Amino acid sequence: MKEPQSFSRVAQPIRNFAQRFAYVGLVVAAFALMMLAKVDTILVERARTHMTDAVAPILDVISRPIDTVNQTVDEVQALKNLYDDNARLREERNRLLHWKSLAEKLEAENRVLKEQLNVIPEREASFVTARVIADTGGAFSQSVIVNAGARDGVEKGQAAVTADGLVGRVIDVGSRSARVLLLTDINAKIPVLVDPTRTRAIMAGANQSKPRLTWLPPSAVVTVGDSVVTSGHAGVFPPGLRVGQVAAVGEGGMIVQPYVDLSRLEYVRIINLGMGGILQLPQRSMGPADGLPGASVKTGGGGQ
Amino acid sequence: MRPTFWQRLDTFARHLTPVALTLVLVILNVVPTHIPGIARVLPVLPLIAVFYWSIHRPHLMPAPAVFLIGLFQDGLTGAPMGLHALIFLAVQGVVLFQHKFFMGKSFFVHWLGFGLVGAGAALLSWGLLSAFYVTLFAAEAIAFQYVMTVAAFPLFAFIFSRWQQAFLKLD
Repeated sequence: MKEPQSFSRVAQPIRNFAQRFAYVGLVVAAFALMMLAKVDTILVERARTHMTDAVAPILDVISRPIDTVNQTVDEVQALKNLYDDNARLREERNRLLHWKSLAEKLEAENRVLKEQLNVIPEREASFVTARVIADTGGAFSQSVIVNAGARDGVEKGQAAVTADGLVGRVIDVGSRSARVLLLTDINAKIPVLVDPTRTRAIMAGANQSKPRLTWLPPSAVVTVGDSVVTSGHAGVFPPGLRVGQVAAVGEGGMIVQPYVDLSRLEYVRIINLGMGGILQLPQRSMGPADGLPGASVKTGGGGQ
Repeated sequence: MRPTFWQRLDTFARHLTPVALTLVLVILNVVPTHIPGIARVLPVLPLIAVFYWSIHRPHLMPAPAVFLIGLFQDGLTGAPMGLHALIFLAVQGVVLFQHKFFMGKSFFVHWLGFGLVGAGAALLSWGLLSAFYVTLFAAEAIAFQYVMTVAAFPLFAFIFSRWQQAFLKLD
């Protein structure tokens, strides 16, 4: 009886010390990891990609019933509004038919003019539709995980959209999942044009619900209600994607209300336009030649 | 009497549950709810778990596990790697440091304690994020997230206490 006591009397302080040492060590390790994430993003991002890829099947399964419930709720609501919707849609259809004939006329005119001017045709876009299986929104980052990855043809840097407009861009690709950085994230800096003046600007997220316009030319005139589209500079996003509307202009800067309701993303389309752009430069050597020799030059100018 | 193999396995499995539950919360935290506005600012559910188990069963929530839970949270949410690991460890450190104070106190004292510790965690995360992105980080979102987390505390503390009663009573 006596021996274990004396043993524990010696062992306990050592144990306490070891535990405290381990605790301090872990705190230091966490801090070091943040530093590493700041300096060498590739290594840390690869670890993150493996982690998301491993959890993706679980997320896929869990998010399904929630989607079903949401769809059912939506359907019930739709049933309730059937009559009103029908009347509204008829009216809208009549209006759109008028626009359709106009668009056809303009398209034909456009084609003729382009032929006359020898405009280089834009690339055909292909896309993958993917389901949102995780919404990691919050104060720390604004991104979603979708259930399509490298095996489905998703690549880093591709734009994600819905029918309403731009959602964000792919920043991480695993084999069966990918992470889409939303346009509201603090890391999202998107070159845009503000219509109708075609003013160039950078739309910067701040982890808040609405991004802001920055880096406008000094003479720029922006008013509430102006629409914001991607400019295609820097070669990350294809030009002309609908982004949002200027919601407020004032002391706090110019705030953009995105067209897409980012809190209710269910499916996104990931567009592949075969763009060059900043994101693939480091690994480009092994890929097929992309016919965009000027990509690196463009990047330097547009990314600033 | 020495416990049999199965008894030991049973105990071992029960002892794993606090960490396992916390990992489940990390995953549940990112499942899209499609409720407008909510998904953009979610409570940090694993923080509640780390706080709760550090008070009630500290030996079942060891520091290395907290570190890994934090890394898992960072990996899934897209926050800078190491951020939540650091925050969760800090919360655990404070709780263990004040363990005598929390022992045997009522639920409301724990809730109040979580309010204070959570505020510290929110402040710490704001400071770390601002340093990481070299900019003054938007404080509103973090403040709102803090309020949501504190509001979610009673529900999850209740679930954990039921769990503790059912599976971890003897520890």
